[in-house]
Amino acid sequence: MEIAPAIDRPLADRIVAVLDGVPDPEIPVISVTELGIVRALVSDATGAPAVHITPTYTGCPATQLIERSVREALDEAGFSAVGLKTVLAPAWNTDMISDVGREKLRAYGIAPPPKGAASGSLKGGGIVECPRCGSSNTIEVSRFGSTPCKALWRCRTCAEPFDRFKCH
Amino acid sequence: MNKHLFDYCLALGDDSLILGQRLCEWSGHAPTIEVDLSLSNLALDLIGQATLFLGYAGEIEGKGRDADKLAFHRDAEQFRNCLVVEQPNGDFGQTMARQLIYSSYQLALLERLVESADTRIAEIAAKAVKEVRYHVELASDWVIRLGAGTEESHARMSEGMDFFWRYYDDLFATDESERALIAEGIAADKQLVREEASATIHATLDKAGIAFPELPWQIGGGRTGRHTEHLSLILAEMQVLPRAHPEASW
Repeated sequence: MEIAPAIDRPLADRIVAVLDGVPDPEIPVISVTELGIVRALVSDATGAPAVHITPTYTGCPATQLIERSVREALDEAGFSAVGLKTVLAPAWNTDMISDVGREKLRAYGIAPPPKGAASGSLKGGGIVECPRCGSSNTIEVSRFGSTPCKALWRCRTCAEPFDRFKCH
Repeated sequence: MNKHLFDYCLALGDDSLILGQRLCEWSGHAPTIEVDLSLSNLALDLIGQATLFLGYAGEIEGKGRDADKLAFHRDAEQFRNCLVVEQPNGDFGQTMARQLIYSSYQLALLERLVESADTRIAEIAAKAVKEVRYHVELASDWVIRLGAGTEESHARMSEGMDFFWRYYDDLFATDESERALIAEGIAADKQLVREEASATIHATLDKAGIAFPELPWQIGGGRTGRHTEHLSLILAEMQVLPRAHPEASW
């Protein structure tokens, strides 16, 4: 997340702390900041801080819910004056998920995309490790899964099905 | 208001909206749960794109119409979508034929629009192009699987492709208004888009063992609001609730 230097640092830290506490509605173990959808804390035209968020997928039904949750969290923390804006550029990609976020996804049973894989090709996604047993002997069951951002995979070693966060 | 840009965004949004709505008809009816999920996922992506393009069209127009207003409160002749997307789903082979044709076209188009001189169009395209790559892959995989499958699946896949070819030219129809936008670097040159889309489709059909149909005649008119009867029917279903209860919200 980019933080505009014009914003007072302790204030910025407090706002970020609030955002860190907002979970993704679909995958509640990971916060919106870890998922990388909070793109920036900017200083708007009047000098007031404003939060920029970006959708993962254009049609992601969680986008509106996320916007509302972020707004409510800011309001509850007394940051009603902090603006909130949805931006499209730069387009979100899976490299924006933080390392901590990746580990949380794995622990939750979702194979995270490898760091740096977003720029690679879709099919050449490389090795997908089972989030449960760590085996690389896995197979794609369905490229489209329970949410737009996930695909359905199965582990051939432990036989467990699992979600894989699509490289995007 | 920039009328050319407004019309262009309407066409982009309407294509996605109508195909998204069509694909929703498969929810709960697809051959397997995976296919059900994939088609719903595609529909979701498309409706997301439609919201962005129609939302932008509304801003350009500047008369207070948002994406919902444009989607639910226009009649068939005011829609600018191509004819391919409004056709009935038919069987699964026909649905996949349409998906291969449309997604190949849309991918070639969006890959160019990423470089559009209009920042907002470029931003939306950059977002959508990643999703559409998945759509092309899904459609290609199925067309190959069905085309190279049994006698029955091959026949149905071929029939599906034959059905949609008559609407192929319509995808690339370009009017004066769009030519002006191409000159400004905002719209994509449909001739180049066509070459690329055709190459993608040909490559898949080759693998599927399906002949490229050569039809002597084509049906056009979608971009100028001359639609087939199927559009009014799908709009009736899509629009009935917001028209019966305007301003209603969840």
